Amino acid sequence: MTDPLALDPVLPEGERSRLPFNRDRPHDERYRAFEEHVLAGGKVEAGDWMPEEYRTSVLRFVEMHANSELMGVLPERDWIMRAPTLRRKLALTAKIQDEVGHAQLLYRVAEDLGKTREAMIEDLLAGRTKFHNVFHYPTRTWADIGVIAWLVDAAAIVAQQALRDSSYAPYARTMKKICWEESVHIMHGRDVVVTLAAGTPEQRAMVQEALDRWWPPLMQMHGPRSDRDKDRDLHWRIKAKTSEELRQEFLGIYVPRIRELGLSLPDPELRLKPESGAWLYTEPDWAELRSVVTGHGPASAARIGFRREQRDATSWVRATILGPAAAA
Amino acid sequence: MEPYEVFRQEREGEPMRHGGSVVAPDPTLALHYARELYARRGESLRLWVVRRADIVELDDQDLLNPPLDRSFKKPGGYVMREKLAQARVRTGQSKRSAGPG
Repeated sequence: MTDPLALDPVLPEGERSRLPFNRDRPHDERYRAFEEHVLAGGKVEAGDWMPEEYRTSVLRFVEMHANSELMGVLPERDWIMRAPTLRRKLALTAKIQDEVGHAQLLYRVAEDLGKTREAMIEDLLAGRTKFHNVFHYPTRTWADIGVIAWLVDAAAIVAQQALRDSSYAPYARTMKKICWEESVHIMHGRDVVVTLAAGTPEQRAMVQEALDRWWPPLMQMHGPRSDRDKDRDLHWRIKAKTSEELRQEFLGIYVPRIRELGLSLPDPELRLKPESGAWLYTEPDWAELRSVVTGHGPASAARIGFRREQRDATSWVRATILGPAAAA
Repeated sequence: MEPYEVFRQEREGEPMRHGGSVVAPDPTLALHYARELYARRGESLRLWVVRRADIVELDDQDLLNPPLDRSFKKPGGYVMREKLAQARVRTGQSKRSAGPG
């Protein structure tokens, strides 16, 4: 059939697509063209051809991010009814709504990469996929909510800001919206912490105790140092920075902001090395990180169990919308 | 003849943005017109052409911008200047008292 859009093409058939890997040609040629495109800073859209290795890497990365947004609201949910004022309750509820919304956006991005939402939730509940270490710990006081909203979100946002430049364009665009909303969560969290730090001796003790408890998981959150050359996610430009770069960035911005409140950090080794500008710190407990993210954290079972209960309790919603078979 | 909305991507990785609309008797001609109007100077990398009748619209301000105080959802809703100053003053005092002796 004649192509009605180009009855008299100027370009030969092989050059009509801007992205050579989208054309039907041998796999190795496509692979090379794709790699060349991505390594030169090129972007990939959902409908573009991509090597299986790239698709599964982006999927794994986005799915883990989506899981973390979904599970991350559970520690905060426990405090909606205990928030000290109406305004704090509104802010906390709004934050939780945002985070669940982020999970929705991210599962949508992941779905396009070939895994159904049902399969992702199934794997999360079965412990086959992971979510961030910090959401495997219990919350004990209202100060925890401030520390989570300020510092957990701050540690996350240094990673997320770098992801706005991801080679997978639908993810990069989603991160722009997410970062915009996260910046408000950080303000809310910092406001809670600053209020407590400027409050009574009991409030100051409460926020210091929360900080002491959350600091080790925060230092583990970005993961152990990794070899830049061996990291596939960096190679494909799915992400832009190593775990150590992210941790250094987090420390650089937030340690001074924590200390100016008269709060101390529970690491005697933590200091800025003047000549290199790098932060020194006690080696985080990587065994704890591994154990926690594989479902052996102090609150892992309770969180997964709660999520499973909620899934069962809401199956009638899916049955109504999708039909009985899909709700199983 | 019916209207089609045209979305265009200007640079790689950017969102598809609304460019305008064309009127055509079928999708193929709509694409043809869109190409003539929105890509004839090489200003588009990609076009999406969508039947206007297929667009689901919401512009009810009661749902989109209800007249409620939502300042807690915006950075401006958090003013910490005084509390920060208070905390700093306290830190300064505690530093002096924690001095030698």
